[in-house]
Amino acid sequence: MEKWYLMTIVVLIGLTVRWTVSLNSYSGAGKPPMFGDYEAQRHWQEITFNLPVKQWYFNSSDNNLQYWGLDYPPLTAYHSLLCAYVAKFINPDWIALHTSRGYESQAHKLFMRTTVLIADLLIYIPAVVLYCCCLKDISTKKKIANALCILLYPGLILIDYGHFQNIYNSVSLGFALWGVLGVSCDWDLLGSLAFCLAINYKQMELYHSLPFFCFLLGKCFKKGLKGKGFVLLVKLACTVVASFVLCWLPFFTEREQTLQVLRRLFPVDRGLFEDKVANIWCSFNVFLKIRDILPRHIQLIMSFCFTFLSLLPACIKLTLQPSSKGFRLTLLKLYSVILFFFLYHFRPVCLVLSEIPFMSTWFLLVSTFSLLPLLLKDELLMPSVVTTMAFFIACVTSFSIFEKTSEEELQLKSFSISVRKYLPCFTFLSRMIQYLFLISVITMVLLTLMTVTLDPPQKLPDLFSVLVCFVSCLNFLFFLVYFNIIIMWDSKSGRNQKKIS
Amino acid sequence: MLPRLVLNSWTQAIHLPSPPKATSEWTLDYPPFFAWFEYILSHVAKYFDQEMLNVRNLNYSSSRTLLFQRFSVIFMDVLFVYAVHECCKCIDGKKVGKELTEKPKFILSVLLLWNFGLLIVDHIHFQYNGFLFGLMLLSIARLFQKRHMEGAFFFAVLLHFKHIYLYVAPAYGVYLLRSYCFTANKPDGSIRWNSFSFVRVISLGLVVFLVSALSLGPFLALNQLPQVFSRLFPFKRGLCHAYWAPNFWALYNALDKVLSVIGLKLKFLDPNNIPKASMTSGLVQQFQHTVLPSVTPLTTLICTLIAILPSIFCLWFKPQGPRGFLRCLTLCALSSFMFGWHVHEKAILLAILPMSLLSVQKAGDASIFLILTTTGHYSLFPLLFTAPELPIKILLMLLFTIYSISSLKTLFR
Repeated sequence: MEKWYLMTIVVLIGLTVRWTVSLNSYSGAGKPPMFGDYEAQRHWQEITFNLPVKQWYFNSSDNNLQYWGLDYPPLTAYHSLLCAYVAKFINPDWIALHTSRGYESQAHKLFMRTTVLIADLLIYIPAVVLYCCCLKDISTKKKIANALCILLYPGLILIDYGHFQNIYNSVSLGFALWGVLGVSCDWDLLGSLAFCLAINYKQMELYHSLPFFCFLLGKCFKKGLKGKGFVLLVKLACTVVASFVLCWLPFFTEREQTLQVLRRLFPVDRGLFEDKVANIWCSFNVFLKIRDILPRHIQLIMSFCFTFLSLLPACIKLTLQPSSKGFRLTLLKLYSVILFFFLYHFRPVCLVLSEIPFMSTWFLLVSTFSLLPLLLKDELLMPSVVTTMAFFIACVTSFSIFEKTSEEELQLKSFSISVRKYLPCFTFLSRMIQYLFLISVITMVLLTLMTVTLDPPQKLPDLFSVLVCFVSCLNFLFFLVYFNIIIMWDSKSGRNQKKIS
Repeated sequence: MLPRLVLNSWTQAIHLPSPPKATSEWTLDYPPFFAWFEYILSHVAKYFDQEMLNVRNLNYSSSRTLLFQRFSVIFMDVLFVYAVHECCKCIDGKKVGKELTEKPKFILSVLLLWNFGLLIVDHIHFQYNGFLFGLMLLSIARLFQKRHMEGAFFFAVLLHFKHIYLYVAPAYGVYLLRSYCFTANKPDGSIRWNSFSFVRVISLGLVVFLVSALSLGPFLALNQLPQVFSRLFPFKRGLCHAYWAPNFWALYNALDKVLSVIGLKLKFLDPNNIPKASMTSGLVQQFQHTVLPSVTPLTTLICTLIAILPSIFCLWFKPQGPRGFLRCLTLCALSSFMFGWHVHEKAILLAILPMSLLSVQKAGDASIFLILTTTGHYSLFPLLFTAPELPIKILLMLLFTIYSISSLKTLFR
């Protein structure tokens, strides 16, 4: 690539922003007895280093599962073990069994932040850079601008480097991105291997498995099930099985081990109302108390059904017509669906930033905003405001998003043509969307100001958090509808337009 | 952190109704305008944290104080941004690249606004250099735009904010005298004595006098002028700053040390005669050299004057307009840095920032600029010494260095 030095500068900017955010406070700082996610990470290093593998996921006198027990797949545990070895080399007190609980010091904070940065540097950032370089049909400058915007996305930075999330988000995201990259560039085996690693790092990635599965299946069908397609299918199956076996090897020795790990990974008794997240259930709950009406397992089943059903059309289409762009769009739709129904975590929609810059930027801003209650709890207001502004300015200047709000740019042309068959006066779509954007941004800014400056009334102490949820949820609902429209109408016009690679 | 505490205590001291005596180790040692600036700040500080202003609260530090001081630096940088904007107007885009990022104006603005040295000195190490350099760049820009009176005015004001800019005062003086007070040249470029304009000289003198009167007047009336000068020019402070600025005297000291070690080994020197104080102990103090002759302030002054003489001569005998002035200014700054008494390593910024203006216009200047800026910035590393700051300074340094090298290379392809 000609402008390698510009890409280096972009990566350096990304690293600088990450490190400066990490100088702030982390979750649970100075808050005994449970502290926060930062302590959870440190605890896992303690557990994996001091205890044998068989005891990692079991409750015992040495390993109290109530105190931040391991609830992520084995790859996380191995990563913690690796970090623990380094910690032991620097200062064994950090991971001494039992005595290191709640250990907090400047040096330790530095160590933990460094591990996140290194993981980012090795896995996520190369994936982003490579992804942007492999984008087709755009100039080098746009590719670099793309990389800058993705790397500046505040949500990921604030969670990983500020809040210090339960797991190194960038690692699982990076692996998933390698997966997407591999599969889009026809390196199917590597892509599926990377994605399996992502799943084994964090079970949330299972959400993304449906589009992956459908896309790869579609590819096999395309090549013909009798010949090359079948070979590909077999190879893929072997890769997936092999990677799973490799990761879970120590836990396959006994049935009880495997079951316990699965129990820790999928705590079905936790339910849908984790900490007032911005999903549909919390918003719905305001009007109709589902939490009290329906029993837990019904809630779960309902969520799964809704998710699956809403995804089904897109996935079927993907199987029948596997295309890289369709794959990316389906992933996009998946994000919005997941957010809508679950939102344990969100995933940046950066993959289509270059294609639909306006909506993507809007979406990413809203997703960062939805984190507000969490960030305020960790005293991360300043970094979040600054990084959000930086991200917004980067997107605006790189993609001139405000000029790209015509119907064609928003990929809504075919949709509006169809609507105009019934309603000839439906010409105001792009202006409507612009107004909506303005309203949304103003609401978000106002809510942020209110949350920071005012105290909530006595009777409704969680007023602001719920309001944030509600507003974010409304936005996500809009995005859900939007992405569905794109995918559905893309299929109709796909046959008429030129081939999209 | 230390300069922040210094400024803290000044803010406190100024808030008192009467001139303070030395109440702490961090007493005021900048000229009066800076003191007034701190006074204004202290009035705003009231709204952030009242405790900050209590004179007895030495070394006071709280998150609100921090927030206030950082925001004040950022706010004052507005002047710096404006000055950069004015400087960019003086650059002609002869080599017009097709894209924005290849234009000299864009490169210059990035080189100035993202200057690594300024970033870490102002915003991490903490000082208010941004707006002061803004004043300097503004005065340079005005001289480029042939608005000499304004340029002189800004520089006079600047001098009374921070007297370190005396380093470059000879350049200003000679340039204004030669190119402004003598309104025309002979065809071969040499001086035409009968074009001397008394009006201009007097107006310049008036400007400087008025500014100085405004600044030093109150202290003259209070009979405190000697005290002010002794605080501004503390010659008791020693040849080198606590952290040696990488100038000639650092080499001189090092040579002296090496020679003394050799002398001890070879028994030329008597161990009892060696002074115990170490020059690098980090405290500001006086010391004697052991082998080489000791250096007095007068010696450094003479060395500095000898060093700036060539450029001053060129400026007088062969003036080349504002660009020649800028070159002379940079050279004055560098010479003073090399041979000055008690130079801070931050003073290298005085040479780097004006040089940026030259670097986007000629390839030769660009290569010198790259050497100067890379080594100058690297020499600032000891300013940030805590572990968390290590990645920041490395990353920022890499960012600036890679950008400057690649953009200037592209510009002068």
